[in-house]
Amino acid sequence: MISTSFKEPGKAYRWPPQWIPDPWVLDNYVEAFQHLPFDRFAINTAYTTVATTLLVVFTSSLAAYAFARLRFPGRDVIFLLYLGTMMIPGQVTMIPNFILMRTFKWIDTYNALIIPSAFSAFGTFLLRQFFLTIPYELEDSAKIDGASAFRIYAQIVMPLAKPALATLFIFTFMGQWNSFLWPLIVTNRLERMTLSVGLRYFQGEAGGESYYTLLMAASVVVLMPILLVYVIGQRYFIQGITLTGISGR
Amino acid sequence: MSFALGFLEWDLLSPPKFAGLDNYSRLFTQDTLFPKVLWNTVYYTLGSVPLGFMCSLGLALAMNQKLRGIVFFRTAFFVPVVSSGVAIAMLWIWLYHPYFGLLNGFLSLFSIRGPNWLTDPRWAMPAIIIMSVWKNVGYNMVIFLAGLQGIPQHLYEAAEIDGAGIGARFRYVTIPMLTPTMFFVIVMSVIGSFQVFEASLIMTNGGPADATRTLVLYIYNNAFQYFKMGYGAAMAWVMFAILFVATAVQMRLQREWVEYE
Repeated sequence: MISTSFKEPGKAYRWPPQWIPDPWVLDNYVEAFQHLPFDRFAINTAYTTVATTLLVVFTSSLAAYAFARLRFPGRDVIFLLYLGTMMIPGQVTMIPNFILMRTFKWIDTYNALIIPSAFSAFGTFLLRQFFLTIPYELEDSAKIDGASAFRIYAQIVMPLAKPALATLFIFTFMGQWNSFLWPLIVTNRLERMTLSVGLRYFQGEAGGESYYTLLMAASVVVLMPILLVYVIGQRYFIQGITLTGISGR
Repeated sequence: MSFALGFLEWDLLSPPKFAGLDNYSRLFTQDTLFPKVLWNTVYYTLGSVPLGFMCSLGLALAMNQKLRGIVFFRTAFFVPVVSSGVAIAMLWIWLYHPYFGLLNGFLSLFSIRGPNWLTDPRWAMPAIIIMSVWKNVGYNMVIFLAGLQGIPQHLYEAAEIDGAGIGARFRYVTIPMLTPTMFFVIVMSVIGSFQVFEASLIMTNGGPADATRTLVLYIYNNAFQYFKMGYGAAMAWVMFAILFVATAVQMRLQREWVEYE
């Protein structure tokens, strides 16, 4: 794929395949970027992904702290209802969500890309399970020293929960970066498209002789950033899968 | 809100009309495409879940060996999982190309004339299944790997003392100890495969002759391309009902074969 992206247009179709391009050309990349603003897409994707991920970690940890550590009437019932929302597939909520975004006039804005994904029942559940394992003695002694609930959350629970927070961060980041259906629905203008949607749009635009070489160049542009992030963070990623206990044990 | 939407007829431009159960009855009696879409989704599930299960379990067993460079392979198999589904689909369009694609080129080395993968109604869905299995195999592999490494070593040692060979150890130690993991993988794969969307949108756009139009793609078509919001919502609820029943059935069957310590 990388090799094809550097080939002259006609040479993608040779058999046997030429593994090493001859000559190497950069034109496909230049043309892909001239055709569509992939740099814009990358900035959009990075911005929405980072914003969503930080928000998810923030809201989930606050909610998880409340469900795990605070006592208030109806807590367990609310938690069950909250978990119940995990059962409903995203496709069911997608249509009402879209209508909501439209009512707010948020279509083609960052709000539509970020806000609906800023809460995660899965994240809350994951962090709650982790928070429950933190000994109560720590909290009690902090209370005796006069710390407020928020202070206990910020200064005791959060630092202890770093591995779980990192796991949630990575999962959300990967999921958001590659998410496709929702951005596809709520973006129409090029200025707000993310990489996945942009690539799909590009597929519709590109055509003719140079089709595959261009498409491969564009795909490389889309794949590289996330692969880089993965290669750097992969140790934590695999650990995260084991830690969350989704191996069913 | 979504549930209420299922009873409306609404194109977002004119005010919504109450339609009662019309959306649901139309779905099951008049929409001739709906049974096909449903069948396509089931076909995809029946194809990809068992195949993905076997491939990922096999890979996990291989990756559980203590060999040099194993970390490299574990990483390599996981790369497609974290990659963008859209970019992966683009790559496979090229691999599946009937004349220039690597796949048919490879087959031709054995004098097999490969099919027109994505334009032949018989082959389009298998092509999508193969691609999805390849993309997702790493994820389940890691889960199986975690399950395998959770099996206490002393069980194997005990079995060996009792004279069990490799086959017997696999049959009587590995498999029973792994059933909870297997159960998890199957349930999650079924749920995941019902939501297949990207591959069929990008690679075939539901074609040829609707052979790859899946449930989620059809919901997307109806709600966001034909602006039948109520109809789409009704369909999404049918999908939820199917998944709910399927999961409940699996939970019930679980008692028959999953062994917890």
